[in-house]
This record gives sequence, structure tokens and C-alpha cells, in this order.
Amino acid sequence: MTEEIIIAGFGGQGVLSMGKILAYSGIMQNMEVSWMPSYGPEMRGGTANVIVILSTERISSPIVNEYDTAIILNQPSLDKFENTVKPGGTLIYDPNGITRHPTRKDINIYSIEATEEAANMGNTKIFNMIVLGGYIKIKPLVSVDNVIKGLEKSLPKRHHHLIPENKAAIIRGMEIVKTK
Amino acid sequence: MDIKDIIKPENLVYRRTPLLTDKPLSYCPGCGHGTIHRIIMEVIEEMNIQDKTIGIAPVGCSVLAYEFMDIDMQQAAHGRATALATAIKRLLPDRFVFTYQGDGDLAAIGTAETIHACNRGENFIIFFVNNGIYGMTGGQMAPTTLPGMKASTCPFGRDTKIMGNPLKITELVAQLPGTYYVTRQAVHTPNAVRKAKKAVRNAFEYSKLNKGLCFIEFVSNCNSGWKMNAVQANKWMEENMFPFYPLGDIKVPQPEKV
Amino acid sequence: MGELRLMKGNEAFAEACIRAGVDAYFGYPITPQSEVIEYLMAAKPYETTGMVVLQAESEIASINMCYGAAGAGFLPATSSSSPGISLKMEGISYMAGAELPLIILNVVRGGPGLGDIQPAQSDYFQATKGGGHGDYRLYVLAPSSVQEMSDFVLIAKEIAFKYRNPVMILSDGVIGQMMEKVELFDPIPRRTIEEVEKQCPWATTGKKPNRQRNIITSLDLDPYRQEKHVLKLYEKYKRMEQEDVRYEEIQVSDAEYLLVAYGSSARICQKTVDLARVEGIKLGLLRAITLFPFPGKRIAELAKQVKGILAVEMSTGQLVEDVKLSVNCSVPVYHFGRTGGVIHTPTEVLDAVKNLLMK
Repeated sequence: MTEEIIIAGFGGQGVLSMGKILAYSGIMQNMEVSWMPSYGPEMRGGTANVIVILSTERISSPIVNEYDTAIILNQPSLDKFENTVKPGGTLIYDPNGITRHPTRKDINIYSIEATEEAANMGNTKIFNMIVLGGYIKIKPLVSVDNVIKGLEKSLPKRHHHLIPENKAAIIRGMEIVKTK
Repeated sequence: MDIKDIIKPENLVYRRTPLLTDKPLSYCPGCGHGTIHRIIMEVIEEMNIQDKTIGIAPVGCSVLAYEFMDIDMQQAAHGRATALATAIKRLLPDRFVFTYQGDGDLAAIGTAETIHACNRGENFIIFFVNNGIYGMTGGQMAPTTLPGMKASTCPFGRDTKIMGNPLKITELVAQLPGTYYVTRQAVHTPNAVRKAKKAVRNAFEYSKLNKGLCFIEFVSNCNSGWKMNAVQANKWMEENMFPFYPLGDIKVPQPEKV
Repeated sequence: MGELRLMKGNEAFAEACIRAGVDAYFGYPITPQSEVIEYLMAAKPYETTGMVVLQAESEIASINMCYGAAGAGFLPATSSSSPGISLKMEGISYMAGAELPLIILNVVRGGPGLGDIQPAQSDYFQATKGGGHGDYRLYVLAPSSVQEMSDFVLIAKEIAFKYRNPVMILSDGVIGQMMEKVELFDPIPRRTIEEVEKQCPWATTGKKPNRQRNIITSLDLDPYRQEKHVLKLYEKYKRMEQEDVRYEEIQVSDAEYLLVAYGSSARICQKTVDLARVEGIKLGLLRAITLFPFPGKRIAELAKQVKGILAVEMSTGQLVEDVKLSVNCSVPVYHFGRTGGVIHTPTEVLDAVKNLLMK
């Protein structure tokens, strides 16, 4: 089993850290993982993306040009990556701010109102965890427990008090993700 | 009286320190380098720290200093002696470490390394020999060449409008919080040699305190580069170099507040 | 099993330096490798192992700090990315001349000049042909995973002392920036000063009465002695070719076509091999792990078996020259690769296999 994922959005949305937590979850589940970020000066507001690969075998290329799953968090990323999803693959996106919605018929498209839900929950910072919850609902390759373990590994100890809130966000994401 | 009657320990008034090797010095007759080498080695002998001292040779006339000094030494790329010394002293903090550098090495190509080592307050000693000219490469202009002074790359004299001003780097590093002891000396007279040797001793003693960098400039001559004989060169140095680079302490340690 | 962590390549290198008992790290920030010094400064090994870590005023100062440390018998490490490595090259040449151990990491980015900060493999010539002035070589290791960014520090340490020669780990922005699972090796204590003096009797640790003074220099004004010295260095490089060539073969036993690649490009090529095999194309990969000494002998053997070779690298063609020299025109050798910070994809490489190799 190999799952090749692209997560793309604006810098500052937590794209890279979501990928990191997912990768750590994979390790907790005894998988091989790779996390390859786009890197550069666009720390906030620019586009950011990361390729995460989870596999039961040794991972060959950490860089691929088509994906099993695309997690899309803004319009430029949707425009760029919709066509890179493999036929039969999965696209999950937050419709917030999207004016040109995905149109492909040969892939499974899901939407998750994570921006709105994060605002409802009173903490915009948990936005990315809501999205992650949506992803693991659709693609249950890693368990919620292992995601929490991954979260513990990737968060510095001084932030561990935030874990319950993040867990709640993941659960909420699993509830609200829906077929487009 | 036979010669054997004269060669007796009680008659000894001068001996070459065994910390200078038997290798004949490669410096021009009349050059200050030999005397400066000697007083540094004498101090190391007197303090009995040969086994604890590591020197760094530069690029310039004293590139082969390691041939004459009987201590462990490294030879650095041009201008980088203080970078080497930084690493050695940090890895071997109980050793005495010094660099021996000329004006081109220390105050032109190595300016960044010099200033940053001084500013970090590295606990080693810099011996800086300033003769206002590039001796080894044949008498080109140095960062310390005086205004109006001739060199092969300023054959009509240093025109500061074109070539810029000489750099008083010793005054400059004295401003930095990391330097502990900064002084300017010369070795052209017996009295000056005595004073300079005292300064060298001070630097090694201060080095034990780990309170920062000790920096000694020796204003020196270059009779070959200046195209003079040795006597003329020393006279020219007194009349021209000393007014611009006045001898004496620039920064001395303040007595500890009780 | 050692400790498992998810780390960036740059972080794995830094952690491995601490665990390998490297004595000092001197560096200067430059993208995409600044995580190395950031990690070390956060880890504060100077409080635990006594390893010295210092952010120097420049790449030039940092490499010369390495020279001083190595000359005193210690094992220094430094890291940079392409433009910074060019600045270090003078010091690297001095260290090769003075026969000093060193671990140097180059996280290559697009060039020439300031170029960009995206991954590239365009410093191959610089790394494998000396890089600085004079007749010398570096031992060059090319990691293709985060695990190897850690493991190769141990190989580099061994080789640096075995040959008294600088070792370069030639990485790139992909390997430096990506995170993978790493199994960390158990820490090895740093040598005591007595052990340093025993292992490196040539080091400038202070002249003891029972020995001659030690001098670390790359200077010898007598050309006949200098020639002798250079020939001695050359003998070391010959020995490296006999004893320390490293490479990995992937699906070559029945291969009709061969890819030769290193580093992140080799990872991409692994995927290409998988894609090709699905289509029934008998494609194999030789991954060069040492770029100097180059696994040319093995490539020459494989040239007898395959119909053609494609060198795949993120440059306009540097590795390909060594491949061509190795096979000596016995089979066609082609080059494919994106450059300037653009990374080729596995399918682009497969297209090149079809359009160049199989035409």
C-alpha cells in the first residue's frame, strides 16, 4: 500500500504541520513515510504545499507528479493540483473562498467546511486539524489514536495542553466532511 | 686570557633561546621580524609553556615562522589566522594560542576575521607586525601604508583621494568589548625591545585569565621594501611611522572592582 | 533498534554529528541548510559532549576554523549550500593539502551565482574534481535519504581519518528539506585529549619534550618536495578507488537499459524503474553512493549487459561525463535532467528512457 498525498494552501494555514503530523502518525503505525515541502521565502500568505507519502514499502521518489489524494485549501492550489489527482483518486477541499469548484468526474471529490467550523469552535488555529480529521475519515490509513501520538511527537512539550482541543477538531472534521 | 676562560656560565650575558630553531632566519638583515620572533619565544621559555603553546603563521613574510619557532604551529590561508586560533583555543582552552600576522594579512584580506575574533572576545593573542608595506610580494601598498608613502602599487606615493586612507586597525579593535589588552610597541632600540617584551609577557599572563583577546601591534620596518638601509629605515620609521602610529598602551585592563 | 524520529535531512545530519562524536561544528546560515546550525544551537551539545558549535562571521571564517580544529587533531564539521561552498573552497583546498580530516555537507541549490534556493545537482564537478585550486580530490558521498544523511556521518568520520582527507556529503535541497523516518545510531563519546593525541600524533596540541614540534601547513616552496607530496595524495585517491567505492544496484540483474543517478535523482529514478517494469521495459538503476571514487568499474561491467545508459541528474550534464569515461564508448550514453532548481519527475525520466535510450 502506498498513498501519495499533496496538501496545498496558503502559507500560515498549517499546511506543513498538518503534513508533519500525518507523517508522524504513519510512523506510529509502522509505515514508511516521507514529507517533502515546497520551501522558500513565502512563509505567510504565499502558497505552500507538501507531499506526504505513506507506504508499507520503501518509498522510492519523495517527489511525484500525480497523487492518490489532494487536500486543497485555496483557489490557486485547486487550479494547480486538480488535474494531478490520479483517476479514481481523491480530492478534499475547503470551499471557503473557492469560486471555481472542481469539475473532474473521474475522481472522488469531498468538501469540508473547515474554515467556517474552526470559527464556530472559536479557534482558527485548529483549522488544519479539522481538515486532517476529514482526510482520515475518507482514507482511514492511520487511526485517530496514532494521529494523537503523532501530534504528541511533533508538538513541543509546552504545547501539549492543546492536544485535547486538537483531538476535538479531528473528530469534528470526521463528522463534517461530505461528498460534494 | 684563553677563550675557554671566557666561555663560562657566569660570564653569559646573552644566549639564543632554545625555542628558536637552528634554521637561519629568512628575513632581510635589519628586519624587525627576527627580534619579534625572539622575544615571543623568550617569553614562552621563561613561562615554561612550550608544551602548551600553539602558534599560527600567516601569509606574508612570516609565512615560514613555523620554521623558526620550536613550538607546534599551523600555517593559515591568507588572512584567516584568527579563525584557526578561534577553533584551537575553544577546543583546547587550557593552551596558549597566538597568531602572528602582518598588515596585509590582518588588516586587508583578514579584516573581517580580525574584527570578529576581537569582538567575540576570543582568549588568544594576536601579534600584528605593521611595516606599512607588502614585503614578501615585493613592496606593494598595504592597508597601513602612510599617505604619500611610495610602494610599487602607489609609485608616486599613496594618494588618499585615490587609494583611500591607511587603516589604524589597532585603535579600531581597542573599541571592541572583546579586547582585553591592546598596545602598540616597536623593536628598533634596546629600550623598545625591553618594553615590547614586557608587553608580550603581559599578553601571555592575561591570556590565563580568559577575559578576552590581547592584541599587540609592533610598528616595524621594511628596509628592502622601503628601499633603504637598515639604519635609514629605522630613522624613517621613527620620523614617519611613529607620529601616525604612536607607541604605547591603547587599552589596559582595569583593576578589578573590589 | 535505535531511536526512531521524523526528521529533516539537515536535522538528521546535525544530530548525527553530535552522536558521532564530532568535535566541532562551524557554520554560516544559507538556505536550504540553515536547519543544521539551528538544530545544533538548540541542542546545545557544548553543554553535554563538549562539542564546540559556533556561528562564524562567514563561510570563509567557518572553513578556516575547521582547519584550525582539524590541525589540532579534532574532527570538525561544516555545512553550507552551493554559493557558500564556493567560498569555502579555498579552505578545503588548504585542508586537502595539509591532509586534515573534515566533514563538509553541501545542500546543493540551483546556480550559477546566487541562483535560487531550490534543489539542484549542479555542483557535481566542483565536488568530485577537487573544487578548489590544486591537484586533490575529496571523498564524496551522495545520500539519497534522510536516513543516509545520518548514517553517512559515520562513514565520513571513518574515511576522514583513514585517509586524513576532507569528506564531502553532497546532498541537495530535496534530501536536506524533506522529512523521513530516521533510526538514529547510539551516541559515540568524543575522544579525550589523550585519545586525540594518540590517534593524531601529528596534531598541534602543544609540543611535548619527547617529540619534535608538529607543523600543519600546505606550503612547500621546493617544487620537488611539493611534487612528492602531491603524488602521495594521489596514492591516497588511488587507494580510495580500490577500497572504498560505494554504490547500490536496483533491478539490474536482467536490465536491458540502465539508469545511473545519485542522491535525490536516484530516488526519482527508482520510481521510474517501477513504472518502466509495469510497462515491461527491463530498466535498472545503478545509484552511485560515492561520486569520488566513482563506481566506474562496475558501470563498465554493466555496459556489456545493457543496450544503453541514461545518466539522470539535476544539471545539464556533469555526472554523465564520468559515466562516458567509464564505459569508453562501448554503449551509447545519454543524459537527462532538469536544472536550475527544477526537479524532474519519474514520468519525465521514463519519457527520456523511451525517447533517448530506446529509440
